[in-house]
Amino acid sequence: MISINGKEFQYEPGRTILDAARDAGIYIPTLCYHSCLPTQSACRLCLVEVEGARTLCASCSYPVRNGLKIQTDTFRVLRARRMILELILQSHKLNCVLCDKNGTCELQRIAYDMGIEDSRFGSRSRGDIYDDSSFSIVRELDQCVLCGRCVAACSEMMVNGAIGFTGRGSDSRVSTAFFEPLKDSSCVQCGACVAACPVTAIRDKRSERMGRSFEMKKTSVVCPYCGVGCTFELNSRDNKFIRVTMDEPSYVNGIMTCVKGKFGLDFINHPDRLTKPLIKENGTFREASWDEAYGLIAEKFLTIKKEYGSDALAGFSSSKCSNEENFLMQKLVRCVFGTNNVDNCARLCHASTVAGLKRAFGSGAMTNSIDEVEKSDVILVTGSNTTETHPVIGSLIKRAVRYGKTKLIVVDPRKIELVDYSDIWLRQRNGTDVAWLNGMMNVILSEGLADMDYIKERCTGFEEVAEIIKRYTPEYVEKISGIPADDLIEAARLYAKAGRSAIYYSMGITQHTTGTDNVLSIANLAMLTGNVGIEGGGVNPLRGQNNVQGACDMCALPNVLPGYQDLTNPELRGKFERAWGVTLPDKVGMGVVEILNAAARGDVRGLYVFAENPMISDPDTNHVREALGKLEYLVVQDIFLTETAQLADVVLPSTCFAEKDGTITNTERRVQRTNKALDPPGEARADWKILCEVAGACGYDMDYGHPSEIMDEIATLAPIYGGMSYDRLGEQGLQWPCTDKDHPGTKFLHKGKFSHGKGIFHNIEYKPPAEVPDEKYPFVLSTGRMLYHFHTGSMTRRSFTLDATVPEGYVELNPLDADRLGVKEGDYVNVRSRRGEIRTKAQVTDKVDVGSVFIPFHFAEAAANVLTNPVLDPIAKIPELKVCAVAVEKAE
Amino acid sequence: MVNGSADEVDTFIRTLISYRSMDRTKTIEILQLVQHKYGYISRDIVSSISRHLRKPEIEIMGIATFYEQFRFNKPGDHTIKVCEGTACHVKGGAAIGQVLERELDVGHGETTKDGMFSLERVACLGCCALAPVLVMDENIHGQMDTSRLTKLLGKYKKGEVS
Repeated sequence: MISINGKEFQYEPGRTILDAARDAGIYIPTLCYHSCLPTQSACRLCLVEVEGARTLCASCSYPVRNGLKIQTDTFRVLRARRMILELILQSHKLNCVLCDKNGTCELQRIAYDMGIEDSRFGSRSRGDIYDDSSFSIVRELDQCVLCGRCVAACSEMMVNGAIGFTGRGSDSRVSTAFFEPLKDSSCVQCGACVAACPVTAIRDKRSERMGRSFEMKKTSVVCPYCGVGCTFELNSRDNKFIRVTMDEPSYVNGIMTCVKGKFGLDFINHPDRLTKPLIKENGTFREASWDEAYGLIAEKFLTIKKEYGSDALAGFSSSKCSNEENFLMQKLVRCVFGTNNVDNCARLCHASTVAGLKRAFGSGAMTNSIDEVEKSDVILVTGSNTTETHPVIGSLIKRAVRYGKTKLIVVDPRKIELVDYSDIWLRQRNGTDVAWLNGMMNVILSEGLADMDYIKERCTGFEEVAEIIKRYTPEYVEKISGIPADDLIEAARLYAKAGRSAIYYSMGITQHTTGTDNVLSIANLAMLTGNVGIEGGGVNPLRGQNNVQGACDMCALPNVLPGYQDLTNPELRGKFERAWGVTLPDKVGMGVVEILNAAARGDVRGLYVFAENPMISDPDTNHVREALGKLEYLVVQDIFLTETAQLADVVLPSTCFAEKDGTITNTERRVQRTNKALDPPGEARADWKILCEVAGACGYDMDYGHPSEIMDEIATLAPIYGGMSYDRLGEQGLQWPCTDKDHPGTKFLHKGKFSHGKGIFHNIEYKPPAEVPDEKYPFVLSTGRMLYHFHTGSMTRRSFTLDATVPEGYVELNPLDADRLGVKEGDYVNVRSRRGEIRTKAQVTDKVDVGSVFIPFHFAEAAANVLTNPVLDPIAKIPELKVCAVAVEKAE
Repeated sequence: MVNGSADEVDTFIRTLISYRSMDRTKTIEILQLVQHKYGYISRDIVSSISRHLRKPEIEIMGIATFYEQFRFNKPGDHTIKVCEGTACHVKGGAAIGQVLERELDVGHGETTKDGMFSLERVACLGCCALAPVLVMDENIHGQMDTSRLTKLLGKYKKGEVS
C-alpha cells in the first residue's frame, strides 16, 4: 500500500509515483512526460513531496514502493511548481490567440489550472530560429520549452536522429545537426516531433491557422497507405480535412506515423475528386445520373454474360477498401457475374506468400505481431526496404537494434537504410534467394545448429530437404549469389544460435517467377531452427496495401471463398450457396495478369475494376493498355480519374477512406474499425453502397443498411472472423483467427501446432530468373517503392507535401556505371527493355550495385512497368517485377 | 595542424576507431583526438564519426557543442583570446571584445573571412594586474585600449609580425 494525500492505494510494483497517482485519479501536471516516450525528467513540474526525502521528487521517474507517503499539493509543492512554471513560461512566446493548439496545449492547461497569466521573469523570447524550410513542419524556437519530447521522439522512438539538443545551459536549443534548416537535414518528415510537442514549437505547416484544436471534429481512422495499420485522429472542420493529430496514443502505432499518414492525406480535398458518374460517348466522358450508369452497366454485363458466358466477365477488387467492400465485390462477381474471375492486387505483391505459407504452415499470413519486433533476438530482413515501405515497423526494428539487444541481418541487393543498422549485410544478386536460403540451411545443418526435436515433433518432409541442401555449400552459393561464403556462414550461425529469430520479408522475395519457392525456402529455414510458433520469432511477410490482408481474407481471390475456404469443396461451397441463394461456379477463376491476358485474347469481355489502377501497377504497361482497349465494357469505380479510369466506358465516383465506415485488416491480422469523418464530395457514394446498387440493378438483391451488417454476415460464413462484430472490435481491434464471441484473437500463429497439423518442408531447388542481363540489355532492373509515394501515386501525387518532396521519378545508378555511361546526377537517361522504353532522371548512388538499376514504380510519366517482364510464377501467378534486363543510355 | 580532405579525415577516423576499438561511449575522446589533429571539428569530421560509430550526426554535435573545448571553425593564423574575468571586466574588457568583433567582423569562436584571426572568449588568464588583457597567439598584451588594439591589429595585418 502507498498513501497519496492521506489516502491509501494499492500499487503495482515497477511503476512510478506518477503512474500510481494517475491510476488513483489524482492529477499531477506534466509537460515532458509522454506515455509513448522514454521518461525525460526534464520539466520538473511533476514534483511531489515524499515523506523522508530531502528534496521534492520528480514523480515521473520515482519508483513506487511499499509504505511510500506522498503529498501532491502541499504549499511547498505548489510554490515550487509555480516557480518552475514561470521559469518555463518565460521561454514560451505567449501567442495563444493565434495558436492552432489553443485548447489542447499542455502548457496552457497547466498555466490555466494554476492561474498563471504571465511569468514574473518577463519573456525570454529571443527572436529565435523560425524554420519553415520543410514542406510539412514549422519549427518556432521562441515557443520551445525544451521539454525534450521531440528529441526523444526523433531519436529514441523513430530512430531518425534529425534533431537533438545542442549547446549548454541558456544556450541550449533543439536544432538539426549543423544548425541547418530542417529541409536540409536528415529529417524524413515523419511528424513524430509534431505529435510529441506539448506546445506548438514544432507544428503542422500546411494546416496553420486553418482551425484551432477545439473547433475540430476528430475521428479515428485507419491510415489508407501501407499495411502497418496505423490509426490516428483525422481532424476536420466544415467537412474539410484539416490535419492529423494523435492526442490519444493508438494501440498499434502509439504516436508513430510516417510522412504519408501524417502529412499525405490532403488528396481528400483535391479538386480532381470525381463527383458524378461519367459515361463515355464517342471517346469523351459526359456526366450522368447514377440510375443511368447502373442501367447501362447491368445491360452490358448481362448481355455479355448471356452471349459469351459468365467467364467472359471479371472483376478486380481493391486492397485499398474495407473488408466489407471486398466481401461484397467477390459476392458481386460470384453471385451476379457467376464466375470466379475475381482478384485483387495482392496478386502483384503477396500471392506467393499466401500460396507458399499456406502450403508450409497452413495459413498464409504474418505469423507474429508488430509489437514482437523488439522481443526478437535476431531479425533477418530480406527483400524489404522496411524503413521506406513500412516506416513504423522500420523504426521499431531500428529501435530494437540501437536501444535493445536485437541483432540484425539484412539480405538485400540494395544498400537500404537498414544496412546501416545491421550486424551482417549480405548482398545477393537479384533473384538468387533460394540459393542463399538453402546455403544458410546447409551451414545450420552441417554445424548441428538445427532444432531437431522441433522438426521431429512438429514437421514432416525434412529428410528429403536435408538431402537437397547438401549441395548448397557456402562456396557453391557464393558462385550463384555473389555472397561471400564466410559472411553466409556467419549469418547462418547468428540466425540459428539465437533463441528467438524472426524473418521479415516483402516484395523482394515474392515478386519473382520463383516467388512461391522463395517463400517456401524461408518457411524451411524458420522451421529448421524452430522459430515458428514462438513469440518474437516467425515468418513475417509485410503486407503492402492497408487492407491487402483483408482483401485476401475476404477472398477476393479466384480460388477460395471468404475465410480461405476452398471453392472446389462442394460442402464448403454449399454453405455459401445456401446463405446467398445462388449456385456458385465451381471452377477456379483467373488472377489479375491472366485476366488481362484473356482480355487481350478476347476471352474476357467485361471487366469491373474496383479502385485499382492496373495501368500503372501491372507489368508491361503497353500490353495492359492493349488488353483493356480490347474489352467490350470496362467499368471503373474510383475516387480519381486514374490512368485506368480514363480507358473506362463508365466511371463511378466513390468515396475515400475517410468518408465511410468499415474495417481494415492490417499486416498482423488485426481487424480495426475505421470511421466516417467526412461526407463524400458531390454525388460520390460509399463503395459498399455502389456495389449493392450495381448488384440490385443486375437483379440480385444485396441490401445492407450499414457495413456492420456485412461484418455480421462475414462472421457467420468465415470461421477465422467468426467472433468478430463492430461492438467487439472497439479501439484495439482483434487479430484473426477469432472463431467465436469469446475468443480473444490470436497474437501469434502456430503455437504448439501448425494450422494444418504438421509444418511441411518443401524441396526447393534454385532456378535463375526468367530474364538475365546480356550484351544488348546489360543491366538488371529492380522496381519498388520509396518513402514519399505509394503504389500508383493516384493519392500521394495529389498530396502537396509528398509530391513537393519527390516530384518526379528517377532511376538509381551506381557511380561506376554512371561514369562509364557519361551520366551525371540529374541527367536524363533512357531505360529500355524488350517491352518498352522510358525516359527518367538519373540518381547516382551506391545504393545499387554495379550492373543494377532501381526504378520506383509510382510515376505514370516514367512508369517502371513499361519495362517489366510479365512472366509469372507458375503457382502463385505473381509477375517477376523484381528482375528484368534493361539497357541504359544517356538521353538527349 | 593538418588540412585534411574528406577522404583523408575519414581514413584517419576509421583507423582511430578500429585500432583502439573505440565505441560510442568514447565519443568525447574521439572528438578530442580528432580536434588535436585537425585543429577543429569540421562537418566532414562529424559525418565520418557518425558513420563509423553508427550514431546520428546530431548526437555527436549535441556532445561537441556542450563542451567549451571543441571548436567548429577552422582556426585563423592568429588566435586572439579576450579575457572576460572579473578584473578585466571592471577595467572595460567587454568593450575590447566588442571592438574586436566589429573590427574583424567576426563573433566569438569564429574566424575572419581571410583566415587571419580567430577570436575567443576566455575566463581569467591569471594576470589581473595587467587588466584588461588579451592574448595574441602566445603573447600577452596588457592594459589594452582601443587605440593600442588598432595598432596591434595593424601590425599583424601589415605582416610586421608573424
